[in-house]
Amino acid sequence: MTALVHLFAPILAALTDAGFQTIGKGLVYGLAAIGPGIGIGVLMGKSVEAMARQPEYAGQVRSIMFIGIGLIEALALFGLMLSFII
Amino acid sequence: MNQALGLVAATFEKPTTKDFIFGCWGPSVRIGGISFCMNFIFFMLLLVVAAFLLSFFVAFRKPKIVPGKFQALMELGLEFVKEQIVVQMIGPAGLPFFVLLSTFFFFIFYSNILEVIPGVNFSPSSRIAFPLVLAVISWVTYNTVGIRKHGFGGYLKMVCFPPGAPLALYVILTPIEFISTIVIRPITLSVRLFANLLAGHFLLSVFFLGTVFFIQSGFPLALVSIASFPLAVVLVGFEIFVAALQAFIFTILSASYIAGAMATEH
Repeated sequence: MTALVHLFAPILAALTDAGFQTIGKGLVYGLAAIGPGIGIGVLMGKSVEAMARQPEYAGQVRSIMFIGIGLIEALALFGLMLSFII
Repeated sequence: MNQALGLVAATFEKPTTKDFIFGCWGPSVRIGGISFCMNFIFFMLLLVVAAFLLSFFVAFRKPKIVPGKFQALMELGLEFVKEQIVVQMIGPAGLPFFVLLSTFFFFIFYSNILEVIPGVNFSPSSRIAFPLVLAVISWVTYNTVGIRKHGFGGYLKMVCFPPGAPLALYVILTPIEFISTIVIRPITLSVRLFANLLAGHFLLSVFFLGTVFFIQSGFPLALVSIASFPLAVVLVGFEIFVAALQAFIFTILSASYIAGAMATEH
């Protein structure tokens, strides 16, 4: 434990307000990308499954899939915007 | 190694949002507290309009039964919008909106593709004003369609009270539906397009400027550019894909909002 404190002490000492702000920016985008990442993964996986099961509906599934991607992606992009604002 | 990293932090100028602000070319006119002037972004918007008009003029000035190469290409794009977006999302009743939606598609695509055109490398879509105006056009269209089809009260009732939910749930459902349809939709439409293009511009500039920096900084770091340069070239291809995808998503979402406003109650 003390070894860890010694390891991080110089890093913590070097942190300034600007440094914390930079860390915050990184965290905002990183955290905002987790949920949409999982969401798009599930969406794409299920869409591919549906297309493989019912190839005749592939076109319909694809256009609905893009709507879903568009809606989910907006959340991650709000995070990106926020990381520029803060 | 630490010294090398210090060198990176000291001299590599990372791109910021300040790179997206351009000065005026010539005099500015102040109307109601907002100054209007000609600058790089407005010039590029004019360029997009010119390219848009020119491509349609050249392709369809003398349309032939057996199309030439360029006419076939443009017909492919229009056919795609018609079959994959208009008919797929709205159905045959959506054909009056084909003109609007294909204009959206081609206009956004032309504006996005400027991002990867050498010498320009900047898209007007990466400033919020341009996507916002397009989103407002889409918002006005789908609300007008809904109001004309159902009447003002009927449309408001359709938006706020989606059928088939338990009665108690409407306490939560009604505000959420109202805000998401009337307020959030235009914001997400514009922010999606804007943020994608902004992120793409950052991505490309970081990779290309980084490659230049690595090459300039001498022997050990110059080896990194062997990896970063091909990646930057691949990212240009990815940005072309994003340009087309964002044009498609904006158009298909507008179509789906129009379809939602036109829908009859079940």
